[in-house]
Amino acid sequence: MDEAVPLLSLRGISKDFYGNVVISDVSFDLKRGEIIGLVGENGAGKTTLMRILFGMNVIRDTGGYRGQICIDGQEVRFQSPFDALDAGIGMAHQEFSLIPGFSTTENIVLNRESMRATPLNDVFGERMSILDRADMRKRAAATIAKLGVSLDPDTLVSEMPVGHKQFTEIAREINRERTRILVLDEPTAVLTETEAEVLIQALRNLAASGIAIIFISHRLHEVIDVADRVVVLRDGVIVKDTPVAGVTVRDIASWMVGRQVAADRVGEGPRSFQEDLLEVTRLWVDMPGETVKDMSFTVKRGEIFGIGGLAGQGKLGIPNGIMGLFPAGGQVRLDGRPVPLNQPRQALQRGMAFVSEDRRGVGLLLEESLEWNIAFTAMQIQDKYLRRVLGGLFRVRDEAAMRALTEGYIDLLAIKCTSPAQKAMELSGGNQQKICLAKSFAIAPELLFVSEPTRGIDIGAKRLVLDALHKYNRDQGMTIIMVSSELEELRAICDRVAIVDEGRITGILPPTAELAEFGLLMTGERVSRTRP
Amino acid sequence: MRRLRQFAADFGWPRIIIFFFLVALFFAAPLVGVRVDASLSDVFNRFGQNAFFVLALVPMIQSGCGLNFGLSLGIIAGLLGATLSVQLGLHGAVGFAGALVLSAPFAIIFGWLYGKLLNKVKGEEMTIAMYVGFAGVMFMCIMWLLLPYTAPDMIWGYAGHGLRTTISVENYWIHILNDFLEIRIGPFFRFPTGEILFAAFGAWLMWLFLRTKTGTAMTAVGSNPDYARASGISVDKMRTISVVISTLLGAAGIIVYQQSFGFIQLYNAPLAMPFTAIAAILIGGASVKKASMLNVVVGTFLFQGLLTMTPSVINSWLQTDMSEVVRIVVSNGIIIYALTRKTKVSK
Repeated sequence: MDEAVPLLSLRGISKDFYGNVVISDVSFDLKRGEIIGLVGENGAGKTTLMRILFGMNVIRDTGGYRGQICIDGQEVRFQSPFDALDAGIGMAHQEFSLIPGFSTTENIVLNRESMRATPLNDVFGERMSILDRADMRKRAAATIAKLGVSLDPDTLVSEMPVGHKQFTEIAREINRERTRILVLDEPTAVLTETEAEVLIQALRNLAASGIAIIFISHRLHEVIDVADRVVVLRDGVIVKDTPVAGVTVRDIASWMVGRQVAADRVGEGPRSFQEDLLEVTRLWVDMPGETVKDMSFTVKRGEIFGIGGLAGQGKLGIPNGIMGLFPAGGQVRLDGRPVPLNQPRQALQRGMAFVSEDRRGVGLLLEESLEWNIAFTAMQIQDKYLRRVLGGLFRVRDEAAMRALTEGYIDLLAIKCTSPAQKAMELSGGNQQKICLAKSFAIAPELLFVSEPTRGIDIGAKRLVLDALHKYNRDQGMTIIMVSSELEELRAICDRVAIVDEGRITGILPPTAELAEFGLLMTGERVSRTRP
Repeated sequence: MRRLRQFAADFGWPRIIIFFFLVALFFAAPLVGVRVDASLSDVFNRFGQNAFFVLALVPMIQSGCGLNFGLSLGIIAGLLGATLSVQLGLHGAVGFAGALVLSAPFAIIFGWLYGKLLNKVKGEEMTIAMYVGFAGVMFMCIMWLLLPYTAPDMIWGYAGHGLRTTISVENYWIHILNDFLEIRIGPFFRFPTGEILFAAFGAWLMWLFLRTKTGTAMTAVGSNPDYARASGISVDKMRTISVVISTLLGAAGIIVYQQSFGFIQLYNAPLAMPFTAIAAILIGGASVKKASMLNVVVGTFLFQGLLTMTPSVINSWLQTDMSEVVRIVVSNGIIIYALTRKTKVSK
């Protein structure tokens, strides 16, 4: 076969979800035995790209993709993941797809088991063959040897450490004789450092045997270790495609997060704050997918404190834990007095409020009016918007006061709606977000947590939401803790930005720090100076 | 024309069709020899008899517990109150009030336990509720025989113990509400003013309750439990309160029903009662998640009207007795229709 023809070649791949472009004109080649490191922030389009490559149904259901995928110079268009498997593409997922009650061997050769014929075959056909366990074991052992790791073929998956599960998953993919391209999505995320090193050595062995690998990871030093070439995706576009030789972790980090648009920070110098308002000591939060392991930080009265980091590292767990929505432990002190954890009511009564990242799930009563949405928390926590009837026997909703309150916020935050009685579900994302903000402003909190305030809303609404936060901070002295995946907006309005990785704070930077430093902290690379 | 169409869409075609069907039955009635004034009197009476059962469904719908298929538990509490009142020999208004008061502690205890159970099976409330109701009725079938009641009006004459299947309240508090300010026009028409007023009072209290802080919190829990929790509301507590209120209203409902009907019905009688109430509130335009006082009033009136008129007109027309069959077909048919079709609430 001609060595010049790349094994896999992507040409001008584009994909949009209902007009929202996530991948735009992506092209790169993959040669035999080559390892490509694919890096990018959350939402940069890595996962979507791999789904296109693997022929996942979700892509076809949402209108397919544009561009060409060529294998050995021939265009392919997969109808399902089975086509992709047949063409020799294997994929090891971030979440393991293994059968816990089966042994390593059984998982590796699943659905490709070695069979031995029995007399029953003559009557009933192939289905009556029995498993040839000795041969299966031999094949599994051979695959494990090819991978170059030590893995017991007879251990049950449920009893293995995570690292071994990852190896089993990869072994299953390369056990297929035709597998020539292996896609690994965050294979080292769950591994310890030594396990990761073993895996990287295994990947080198595989590459040497001619298998091409696409290695997706947030651990940049591993990418530099293992990859021949690094491809950086940002906002659906390839911003860099370069051989790894001579590239540093810092370079990749700044390519990943760098935006063309500079942060338009409001023209003012650094502010200084005296008094401590919130002290968090050794906080842990058991929030699925956003576990907080051990965090300590202090927030000053009057500042806007930003918390950033990649998805799944635990930044969302912080407000959800402190506000009592998920099981949490550790110490939280507000104004020097301890705040009981796991009790949302206590947290609210102490003067904290929370604008949830899960707007439709937690933030709103979708089927109720805007009046209800905005006044409800204040009514329940502070007994506002109630009036006495029947000589004080009952206290019922004061509809007039609720309407006045809602109309006030509709004007103040420029909420687009037909009337205060409109249902929250009928508003657009940006206006729903403003309702969530209004709900929190209505209880006049001392400390406001806002979580992903601009997720899923358009640019104009983003500006308005950020301006509202800025205004409340400056005019009312409201202390704000803002959790966001968007580094740019954190840098635009925060006084300090903490970066979270693997459930811990890796560093706190001033918003004016270099982009590369944020990128390094996000990917868990330790830098010498974490505090300015 | 457009306003008419908008009104039809808001009010809901099923309700309009049922309404015109009911009107048609009233026109057809004289033709087959059924008196309209007697029928109307029946409809009003049955409205008053059943309004409390339908009202009892509202709190649990609002708090997200779904339709209370286990309303039988409240009815059992009411039966206990009624039989205790008779056992104590309470007569007249005192007897009626006594039954209400005596049933309340049972209703609160049953409702509290039932609420605890429903909090453990979130998402499956309606299925579980149905079986809780059935099991409760069956358990009481044993208890009615074993409980040490002694009033001669209530126990089996031949055995000397155990309660009868039907107990007359004629000597105690029959028609205590019906006869209050009753309006009679001609020999056949009676308007049960007291009963209707009592139902209206209950509906007004419920309306008021849904506007209080607790009632608002309860509605929010039903609308979005996560939102409510994030606002510091205890979701389980609100749901339990709604179940207790529903059970209390069910208990009061059966006592109102008995004073009008004239008998306390024990054993299997409470088994099917939740179904007619559920059919009524669904006809009224409520959904599994939202219900209003208007749904209760319109629904009870239409459904009880249908139940009164369909069997009597059809029986007279076909010259056979099919009333029970028609009732079962109509009420269960409506439940099926409503549960499969109902997506949004009608105004």
